[in-house]
Amino acid sequence: MKDGSRGTRAPFPRWAEGAFLRQGPCAPWGTAMAVPRDRFGDVAVSIIDSLRRARSLATRLRSASLVLCLALLAAGCRFPILDPSGPIAAREKQLILISTALMLLVVVPVIVMALLFAYLYRASNKRPHSMPDWARSNAIEAVVWIVPLLIVVALGSLAWTTTHALDPYRALEHDGETLEIDVVALDWKWLFVYPDQNIASVNEVAFPVDTPVHFNITSDTVMNSFFIPGLAGQIYAMAGMRTELSLIASEPGTFGGMSANYSGAGFSGMRFRALATSPDEFEAWTRKVAASGRPLDEAAYERLAQEKANAPVIHYAPGNPDLLQSLIDKYRHTPPPKTTGSPKH
Amino acid sequence: MNAIFGKLTLEALPLDQVVTMTAVGLALLAALGVAAAITYHGRWYWLWAEYITSVDHKKIGIMYILLGLVMLLRGFTDAAMMRIQQSMALAPNPGYLPPHHYDQIFSAHGVIMIFFVTMPLVVGLMNIVVPLQIGARDVAFPFLNSLSFWLTFSGAMLVNASLVFGEFAKTGWAAYPPLSELAFSPDVGVDYYIWSLQIAGVGTLLTGVNFLTTILRMRAPGMKMMRMPIFTWTTFCTNVLIVAAFPILTVTLALLGLDRYVGTHFFTNDGGGEQMMYVNLFWAWGHPEVYILVLPAFGVFSEVVATFSGKPLFGYKSLVWATIAITFFSFVVWLHHFFTMGAGASVNAFFGIATMIIAVPTGVKMFNWLFTMLGGRVRFAVPMLWTIGFIVTFTIGGMTGVLLAMPGADFVLHNSLFLVAHFHNTIIGGVVFGMFAGLNYWFPKAMGFRLSEPLGKASFWCWLIGFYLAFMPLYVLGFMGMTRRLNSYDNPDWHPWLVLAAFGAAIIAVGIACSILQIVYSIWKRDELRDHTGDPWDGRTLEWATSSPPPIYNFAEVPRVTEIDAWANMKADGGGMFVRSTPYYDIHMPRNTAIGFLIGIFSIGLGFGLVWYIWWMVAVSAVAMLAVLLYRLFWEDIAYIIPAATVKDIEMQRLEEIGQS
Repeated sequence: MKDGSRGTRAPFPRWAEGAFLRQGPCAPWGTAMAVPRDRFGDVAVSIIDSLRRARSLATRLRSASLVLCLALLAAGCRFPILDPSGPIAAREKQLILISTALMLLVVVPVIVMALLFAYLYRASNKRPHSMPDWARSNAIEAVVWIVPLLIVVALGSLAWTTTHALDPYRALEHDGETLEIDVVALDWKWLFVYPDQNIASVNEVAFPVDTPVHFNITSDTVMNSFFIPGLAGQIYAMAGMRTELSLIASEPGTFGGMSANYSGAGFSGMRFRALATSPDEFEAWTRKVAASGRPLDEAAYERLAQEKANAPVIHYAPGNPDLLQSLIDKYRHTPPPKTTGSPKH
Repeated sequence: MNAIFGKLTLEALPLDQVVTMTAVGLALLAALGVAAAITYHGRWYWLWAEYITSVDHKKIGIMYILLGLVMLLRGFTDAAMMRIQQSMALAPNPGYLPPHHYDQIFSAHGVIMIFFVTMPLVVGLMNIVVPLQIGARDVAFPFLNSLSFWLTFSGAMLVNASLVFGEFAKTGWAAYPPLSELAFSPDVGVDYYIWSLQIAGVGTLLTGVNFLTTILRMRAPGMKMMRMPIFTWTTFCTNVLIVAAFPILTVTLALLGLDRYVGTHFFTNDGGGEQMMYVNLFWAWGHPEVYILVLPAFGVFSEVVATFSGKPLFGYKSLVWATIAITFFSFVVWLHHFFTMGAGASVNAFFGIATMIIAVPTGVKMFNWLFTMLGGRVRFAVPMLWTIGFIVTFTIGGMTGVLLAMPGADFVLHNSLFLVAHFHNTIIGGVVFGMFAGLNYWFPKAMGFRLSEPLGKASFWCWLIGFYLAFMPLYVLGFMGMTRRLNSYDNPDWHPWLVLAAFGAAIIAVGIACSILQIVYSIWKRDELRDHTGDPWDGRTLEWATSSPPPIYNFAEVPRVTEIDAWANMKADGGGMFVRSTPYYDIHMPRNTAIGFLIGIFSIGLGFGLVWYIWWMVAVSAVAMLAVLLYRLFWEDIAYIIPAATVKDIEMQRLEEIGQS
């Protein structure tokens, strides 16, 4: 949903606008901006529109409170976790919903029983003290052990299968050629190195849609966590170690990426943009980066490491394809084997 | 100068920081006010003789709870400051706290709430209740108990000292290296963290040893393990966990300390350091710690729900075995705190499933409490309100916990505000609610008068509503991709939810104010609220068999136990408190001592010296600690006899009081 299309609708109270309208083209925290996805927003808007026809003060007040509630709800259009744009994130969302539903089978009865029993057996209820010494029932005991156990068996088997299926190290089943990107966490920015394209970029990463992307991740500082909420899960970036993450973007868009693990003073600004584009646009992007003419040599890397907080997007070419391995070797004297199932060695 | 003051200089004093100086000023004013009041009433000697040097488990318990409540004010102030910062800091507004200050606040908040609020409250209740519940005269090692308290107190004072001298850690409460290493945190903050936790941790470990021995060796005749009250059972399991888990924390922090002080490379980036080893070790302690806190709370709820339903606890054996199962499983789940480190899928799945298994015994407990109410007569006194609030709230927290235990889901929810909401949901909804239930329930036993009901109810409702308003938005924000520990952000969608959360925190503040008011008001009206019988709630366990507050020796005659709920059975048989113990015997009791207090005070000097590299202070404090300890070890006169005649006088007076009321 683009900015302008909303402007044609009936006017809102000014304070409610923020919740609906502020979808700047590169608000880095949202999910794909170019894709229509705010169903909650549409519903909310139509309800608010109909409400606004009412005139009396009481109705206005009521509608104002409703608008507030709906304004909050309408934020639903940007729940990156619940509104995924890639197959991995989609399965992770599905897993959350299925597990929650399974657990509600126990949770809802417990909450209902807690309130119901307390109410029914309140002391002010003038009934005889029905079971003053009742403290055992094998049947009930069996049920209260077995029902949670069954649910945990179901959840446990789900956990086993999904943990393997969603293992970030697992290569994604896809016909397309995998794009390799090396990721380095620095204070407090992200450096992306494209070894095959021989380019590099700070705080901006691009990849074509419907293409498996494989990240090799390390850190040249403290621990961080590499995370693009709309597309996949997160994984730690640690010095001297390489972690891996695979994802596919199924829709084009600009996604907010971040460090999810606190890493010091500039942590709040340690964000990047992930651009999922068409193959042509990706080509254009790599050409643009390649044209920057700024090599990622030792001096440039040193300068980059010095500059601490809120770094702008910087492009480098040529991009130093061996950087990741050399950074790992810097902390570990023996080079690790290529692509094992573990970040350690 | 370096030889005298180490790294400490005038610049370490935060004279330019208005917020900090205001807090320090207010704290000093409050301390001065208390000191003035004590002087005015001429109570210094009383304070020294009755509390500071006391080895009586009841007095020590009261001091623990006081410490916990005072530190709650500090920890909550930190929380409120964070909520205000996040409700403001939508770009371009940077909020009022720069990262340097904000990062200390969230680190201090976590450390204080875990180590110096919930731990003292839990240990305080344990102290007051357990010896009474098992019919003992005191704990197994009364001097050790006093030492434990003063070491915990010293740890708390060291954290508070960081407010004035220097700064606290800016690493988060878990202080993960390499961020907490000298290379990335050259300031004294992490050193404050290390030494305050080391000192308090030793105190906690000694408590564990003490209570384990007490429960195993000092139960009244006839009280088999399977006849112990559930609170004693959960305390027992908690102390098993303390003894097994706290040494891990001690070693982990010692290794981090070696890295920082000696230049070793246990957890550094280079030199063969292994940062994930710290993370593993930290949570190998950290996850059992969660159950160290929550098991006693479960015990409180078990006692409260049985008493206020007027029934024995449903499924006693189930509850005991569920507690034992939780104790065991709490040690095999630590990796769920970092599924995202990149371990293999099978490892992650193992720890995920182990975590889910804990939900089974916990669920069983829930059902047992529910079925205890079934068929009873439920009185909605304040402790019972907290219990019902807990059952509803904790169930939600448990559900989100199992969700986070699913590695696939954790990959998107880890480190988000969803996680923050989850653990506050279990720690506030479980531990804090439990401690307030226990405080209201056992206050008359410890102090001799009840807490005011209306103010207690007001406090409960404020906490409950405030909790939901403050933390449900954080669940939502987690789904919106907001991570924890952010100092500022530029996503306008988050803003209304953060404002709502700040509003919830304000309601919790009212709840805390009501609790303080409740205590103050009840002290003021103590004669009206006096508990003459010793059994104000129609209780079921032995602590209600003696007077409120109990005499120093607890029981004139050690009770004989034949069943679970010993006191309820005595009352049903028509005996109990009206039966005279004849004849009276001499009672052998431990003597008060100032040694625990002295060692605690010297340990503050030790910690402070280590933080600031003031080596003469370290040496003096260490020698002083050792010297007073040796001095104590050569004492022979550590106990005294209360003659039978005195016991008789005390008991006669009590029977008279019961007769009058």
